Amino acid sequence: MINVIISIFMLSSALFVLLAAVGILRLPDLLTRMHASTKAGALGIMLMMVAVALHFMSLTVLAKAIAIILFIFMTAPVAAHAIGRAGYFVGVPVWAKTVKDELFDNYDADTHRLRSGLETEEELKKMPQTGKPRIRLNTKK
Amino acid sequence: METVITITFAILLLALVLTFIRLIIGPTLPDRVVALELIPSILVSIIGVYAINHNTSSFIDVSIVVALIAFLAAIGFARFLERGGPRDD
Repeated sequence: MINVIISIFMLSSALFVLLAAVGILRLPDLLTRMHASTKAGALGIMLMMVAVALHFMSLTVLAKAIAIILFIFMTAPVAAHAIGRAGYFVGVPVWAKTVKDELFDNYDADTHRLRSGLETEEELKKMPQTGKPRIRLNTKK
Repeated sequence: METVITITFAILLLALVLTFIRLIIGPTLPDRVVALELIPSILVSIIGVYAINHNTSSFIDVSIVVALIAFLAAIGFARFLERGGPRDD
């Protein structure tokens, strides 16, 4: 009985990890690839550690498994954020069908200042009407 | 149980191969870093299956270390990318 549960956890973990790998291979740009690898990969590791804890049935292994799960869940978003930020700043092109790139208008890459464009009353009055979103398509060299 | 372990190994190896393809072709360096970050995640899962297969709980320590090194490598690469330096995409 316990073997069946362990098998289900192991297979679903492997399938989630495979999903992450397929996503990282097939998705169109850096941010979407990161989106696939971070979430599906973390869930795969979590399911595998649950399977390991169920298989060994000891308190030590359970503590280690929980430690790994907590560590992965804390560090995966941080690492993804750091890589995504670095990728945006070095000018990695985004997908052509990207809907919104808020930083494109408001972020000054040279001074590293972030402006909303609505700091003064005049800017607030001539707030841009809804137009086509602007995104960056070319690698900045 | 043996069959399930073999199938799991096969799926995880397939995932490793797919990630490796992205590591090789990935057009820019951040793409490669993302692939390089997923490889230790797959490795942690493989170590988990291996520990179950060999009934040895000591291998779990290895996966802790691998997860730690992966995080440090990702942060280091991100710092390197942001600070700049010679790159050859």
